Amino acid sequence: MADLRSNFLGIKSPNPFWLASAPPTDKEYNVVRAFKAGWGGVVWKTLGEDPAVVNVNGPRYGAIHGPDRSLIGFNNIELITDRPLEVNLREIKQVKRDWPDRALVVSLMVPCEERNWIDILKRVEETEADGVELNFGCPHGMSERGMGSAVGQVPEYIEMVTRWCKQHTRMPVIVKLTPNITDIRNPARAAHAGGADAVSLINTINSIVSVDLDQMAPYPTIDGQGAHGGYCGPAVKPIALNMVAEIARDPQTHGLPISGIGGVTTWRDAAEFMALGAGTVQVCTAAMTYGFRIVEDLIDGLSDWMDEKGYTSIDQVVGRAVPKVTDWQRLNLNYVVKARIDQDACIKCGRCHIACEDTSHQAITAMKDGLRHFEVIDEECVGCNLCVSVCPVEDCITLEQITEGSDPRTGKPINPNYANWTTHPNNPNRVAEAAE
Amino acid sequence: MADALVTPDIRAGRLTADDYLENFEDLHPPLGVHEARVEADRCYFCYDAPCTIACPTSIDIPKFIRQIATGNPLGSAKTIFEQNILGGMCARVCPTETLCEEACVRNLAEDRPVSIGLLQRHATDTFLARGAAHPYERAAPTGKRVAVVGGGPAGLSCAHALARQGHDVTIFEARPKLGGLNEYGIAAYKTTQDFAQAEVDFVLSIGGITVECNKALGRDVTLEGLRRDFDAVFLGMGLGGVNALKTEGEDLAGVIDAVAYIAELRQAQDLSALPVGRKVVVIGGGMTAIDIAVQIKRLGAEEVTIAYRRDREAMKASAYEQEIALTNGVVIRECLAPRRLIGEGGHVRAIELERMLPDSAGRLTGTGETVTLEADQVFKAIGQTFVPDALGGGEALELDGGRIGVDADRRTSLAGVWAGGDCVAGGEDLTVASVEDGKIAAASIHAALTA
Repeated sequence: MADLRSNFLGIKSPNPFWLASAPPTDKEYNVVRAFKAGWGGVVWKTLGEDPAVVNVNGPRYGAIHGPDRSLIGFNNIELITDRPLEVNLREIKQVKRDWPDRALVVSLMVPCEERNWIDILKRVEETEADGVELNFGCPHGMSERGMGSAVGQVPEYIEMVTRWCKQHTRMPVIVKLTPNITDIRNPARAAHAGGADAVSLINTINSIVSVDLDQMAPYPTIDGQGAHGGYCGPAVKPIALNMVAEIARDPQTHGLPISGIGGVTTWRDAAEFMALGAGTVQVCTAAMTYGFRIVEDLIDGLSDWMDEKGYTSIDQVVGRAVPKVTDWQRLNLNYVVKARIDQDACIKCGRCHIACEDTSHQAITAMKDGLRHFEVIDEECVGCNLCVSVCPVEDCITLEQITEGSDPRTGKPINPNYANWTTHPNNPNRVAEAAE
Repeated sequence: MADALVTPDIRAGRLTADDYLENFEDLHPPLGVHEARVEADRCYFCYDAPCTIACPTSIDIPKFIRQIATGNPLGSAKTIFEQNILGGMCARVCPTETLCEEACVRNLAEDRPVSIGLLQRHATDTFLARGAAHPYERAAPTGKRVAVVGGGPAGLSCAHALARQGHDVTIFEARPKLGGLNEYGIAAYKTTQDFAQAEVDFVLSIGGITVECNKALGRDVTLEGLRRDFDAVFLGMGLGGVNALKTEGEDLAGVIDAVAYIAELRQAQDLSALPVGRKVVVIGGGMTAIDIAVQIKRLGAEEVTIAYRRDREAMKASAYEQEIALTNGVVIRECLAPRRLIGEGGHVRAIELERMLPDSAGRLTGTGETVTLEADQVFKAIGQTFVPDALGGGEALELDGGRIGVDADRRTSLAGVWAGGDCVAGGEDLTVASVEDGKIAAASIHAALTA
């Protein structure tokens, strides 16, 4: 049995699965249910100053669905907690006392004044919570008041507030980043410079989830109007993975602990985030879709997979794929592959053919000897993976490396040596030797 | 007690009112909107789709299914109607398991094709239920007049296509209502709620089609007269005759033509008024045999046996149709040929059948061994025939194997006369094939009239 225990910034939890700061962590009632279900930790829904914010009394959520109403993307316009600060602090203290083995981190958002941060940090410390997460990510409502992503979009503010927090509390400080920026490395570097113990990402992405074509207004619609919200759920996972990887491999932030967030739904998603450097993962949408019980399979699945691969602790997984993330210019241009269609598995739908024929390289037949037959034409195939991506049968089409002879498309001999764009003759800025 | 044995047990009203409703409701309940979307998502939108190739009317199936998936059911229905104006009925009665659904690539992936028939029904039903305007406008009037003989699937398809091109069409129908076998032949649970007439109304709503019901060729109009009075004639009168058993006792009471009984059933206002035997034997191996057997069972018959002279493999009814019979409690007995109908008091009491032995070439030899099945009713469902008598009185129309001979454009040997549907040679006796015949003939007629 793999050891799933997590020690993130000294915050211990029985597993690396935390619930993200969001509606599921707004109250003692929910958090206790989550801990009973097996979640390793929670980030308590963002606390602000009294008087508490108010939420709309209309719909807060919208979703993108698959054909069977599977939830693919999720959008919200909910604000930080709308309960009195005192009530939240009391509950946090009680929960931490009752569940000492679980991680309990408190998310915070107050105006950008040192005094405000000092005040709230002191009050949170009294709860004996394990740490704080600075919400610099919320992209709606709060940002219009100069908080949330309004801070997260200005690296100087991130650094300033992080420094205040580190100065005024003994608790570990996690800085939660907004993806609504052009280069995630800049806010991460700022957090690092401010002394952050870790970053967590991504918060939600600015979004209009859909337009109600009858009302001619964004959905969800509140009395005929709509506002942008924050997008999350399975659809945002690729964006989050990239941002996590960017921070993990940036020389300036390399080694900075990361709590990965963004569409984690299955143990496999979690393992992917961890492989790219996330020490813990935070989940929200999947829990809001299915309830807390999904943690059972998150734990089982990750554990079984680790056993199968021979990993005994999560440290062995965290960051393991980071060295393999590189820039395009360092990819081996001498690596030649061709698509191969397994004729026994092929169901002859022809999607590979029409995708290649209409939109790519005309490298797949539709007919052979008068019969419906789909086969790769090596002389045209660039190995682009489009056919693999559109084929409805898993593993029916694979890419095969050509290691001998020449590439039938280019006629050039296969070169077993690594060579990338940096030395390519077509590159006007080429250097003499390939950068490894 | 002896008397009780000779009195045939034939009664009406064997079931409760609720039983009739339940037994004759839709064989396959229609898909709801969500079910349709989920099923539509199973379609892979194949390139050069095998289902479309398998469809006798070449409906663009991936396109219409995609239109369901994207929430465009009216567009979906139009895609279907573009190739098959009777797409609603074909969705109900097509043997999809041997046509589009057999060709579906999902069979290779997981042995379960996309439910194309049910999706087609979803689209066409949605179109009709929304009362959407007829999807086509007639072209400018051509001043040409075409006579269509027979208001079944072939005639309706032909008439609609010609009316759309601006020709004026008159349909001559021998029966009181249009629809042909859709109205008088298909099993009731395949076309509920008077769908056949709703579809006829939809087809006619294009305009330019005059309907003359109760007008039979050879009785009320002649082919010669139609050729004289119209610019073109389309013959689509189906098969008027039924085959005889040609065995002793065929004229006994209780020996019934299945086609006529089904027509009566389809027109019955009250199913409980139909006479139903307790023990029933059906002779035949085609769709009519299945349809009568299942319906008579659902009308309350206790024992229904289909006796077929060859083995089940050779039955014209598909495996799927046989399955319907079996799941309805009908017994199928193979390799039994009728030899003698045994009567008492002028009424059939039993049927004697001989066990047959098919050889490798498919020829049947009697074994001499006989089986006698008790029967209160015996239904004959051994095939229908074309009755050429109505064509008489003028220049001869060439027949081919007992039916009207036509070329690829559905032209007959007579100038200005086209034919299609079950009455022509070489057909498959399917609704969808008749629709295609009418479509092809209409295109040929239009070309001839506008040449």
